[in-house]
Amino acid sequence: MADLYSVENLHLSLPDLTKKPLLGSAPRIEILKDVSFALPKGEILGIVGGSGSGKSTLGRAMVRLLEPTGGKVLFGGQDITHLDEAALRPLRRRFQMIFQDPMSSLNPRHRVGQIIAAPLALHGFADVPARVTEALDHVGLPRHFAARYPHELSGGQRQRVGIARAIALRPEFILADEIVSGLDVSSQAQVLNLLEGLVKELGLTLAFISHDLSVIRRLCSRVLVLYRGAIVENAATADLFAAPKAAYTRELLDAIPLPDPDQLWA
Amino acid sequence: MASNSGTDGRSQIRRRVGLKLWLSAGWLGVLVLAALLAPWIAPQDPLAQDLFLGRLPPVWQQGAEPGFWLGTDSLGRDVLSRILYGARLALIVALVAGSLTCLIGASLGLMAGFLRGWVDVVISRAIDIWMAFPPVLFSILLIAVMGPGLVSIILAIVVIDWTRFARVVRAEAMAQGAMDYVASAQVAGRGRVSTMLTEILPNVLPTIVVLLTLEMGIAVIVEAILSFVNLSISTDDPTWGGMIAEGRTSIHQAWWVLIFPLVTLFLTVLSFSQLGEGLKDRFDPVLR
Repeated sequence: MADLYSVENLHLSLPDLTKKPLLGSAPRIEILKDVSFALPKGEILGIVGGSGSGKSTLGRAMVRLLEPTGGKVLFGGQDITHLDEAALRPLRRRFQMIFQDPMSSLNPRHRVGQIIAAPLALHGFADVPARVTEALDHVGLPRHFAARYPHELSGGQRQRVGIARAIALRPEFILADEIVSGLDVSSQAQVLNLLEGLVKELGLTLAFISHDLSVIRRLCSRVLVLYRGAIVENAATADLFAAPKAAYTRELLDAIPLPDPDQLWA
Repeated sequence: MASNSGTDGRSQIRRRVGLKLWLSAGWLGVLVLAALLAPWIAPQDPLAQDLFLGRLPPVWQQGAEPGFWLGTDSLGRDVLSRILYGARLALIVALVAGSLTCLIGASLGLMAGFLRGWVDVVISRAIDIWMAFPPVLFSILLIAVMGPGLVSIILAIVVIDWTRFARVVRAEAMAQGAMDYVASAQVAGRGRVSTMLTEILPNVLPTIVVLLTLEMGIAVIVEAILSFVNLSISTDDPTWGGMIAEGRTSIHQAWWVLIFPLVTLFLTVLSFSQLGEGLKDRFDPVLR
């Protein structure tokens, strides 16, 4: 089976509690509508869309932080759509996630070493300290940072800790949800280079969620464009930038500031 | 990459130990020693009455007797000795009632705030109903039913004040529960209860410590109030609240009977509240 992920007719709706009547259940909002795609092993898939397009929801359904209301999510051929936490636990090591805001995703009262070690210990790895050191080396952080608290790091360093925590488990898949949007441009470039290197070195499959097409273009081999919870375009990156098919994709492309306004993407 | 060399000073920030912490811990330390050593350091028997020695002023005033440092009350009992012995009851109530209240209230608040669902519904409704009772009347009623005594005082404080912890900790746990590190723990495969204890608890702990020391101060005050209205332990045993009640009746003839226990009570309650703040400033790894 070449596809690591296979998503078929995925639907996800959440209750709209603001419109909940006094009695009875709240009306549901459709967040994802009939989303289908396949993610082959080793590919870097970009997921773009404006805010509210459902890209983070799609990501969270893939790593089963959310349970889909319809359709199927297959991971490595196994149906994980409706598995409960207990059944997911052994699979969790294989798909990991890096979050947008490391200030929120790194426990502020745990030291960096502890943050990276906790998932390793949970999955019963034997040589936890060695793996923590290795993970820090991988993301280019000095080993003594293990003794620091997240607030003692810079933004880029914090995001490296997030990456270290994810790769320490040696997963097959990593979901990166807007991981550079909180960083300045030079830290963005460093983190993207790092991630690209790790994908090659560790043979990872990556889904990279972003609202920024220029970041996607730099990193991804294939792009999904989401608009209001549905896929409007699914194309190889080069094709998408050369000849966008959907109107919404053209809008997104037009929104990229060009170094030279007269020059076109080519 | 200079920023990764580890010499950027972010981990070199050290906070000095605040005056707050030293002063409050110092006073409470003195008080603990006084309570433990009362039989050896008290100059007089705290229960010994001698009507010929009634209303003696403190030792630096005219008409004082040596050996009665802070004067005597209307029954001739030594004020300093009674304060020292009174510290025993005050501290036992503060520590036992404070810790029990904290343990029960914080556990319920943590579960309600993090686990949500029906657990939250049950606990939150209980808090709402509980808080509709007027606390002072509630405690007087409780002690009237159970009879005065140390256990009754402690139980009354726990039964009334657990909501204080539960409400604050619940709100804090809810705020922490929305953080991504909780989702991250789920991605790592950690269970809900384990996440609550290893991820949420360390972040709520500073708040709990501040509340705990505040509660210890409150427990001292509650004990004093109950002594004041004669619902604490037996009237013979020295308590600060009892002394204040007695001193009130003779404030014009013998101010020292009222003022010294009152100042002691004030400093103790203040120290407890400052201790919490000081501990948080000193030991919480996250600068706020």
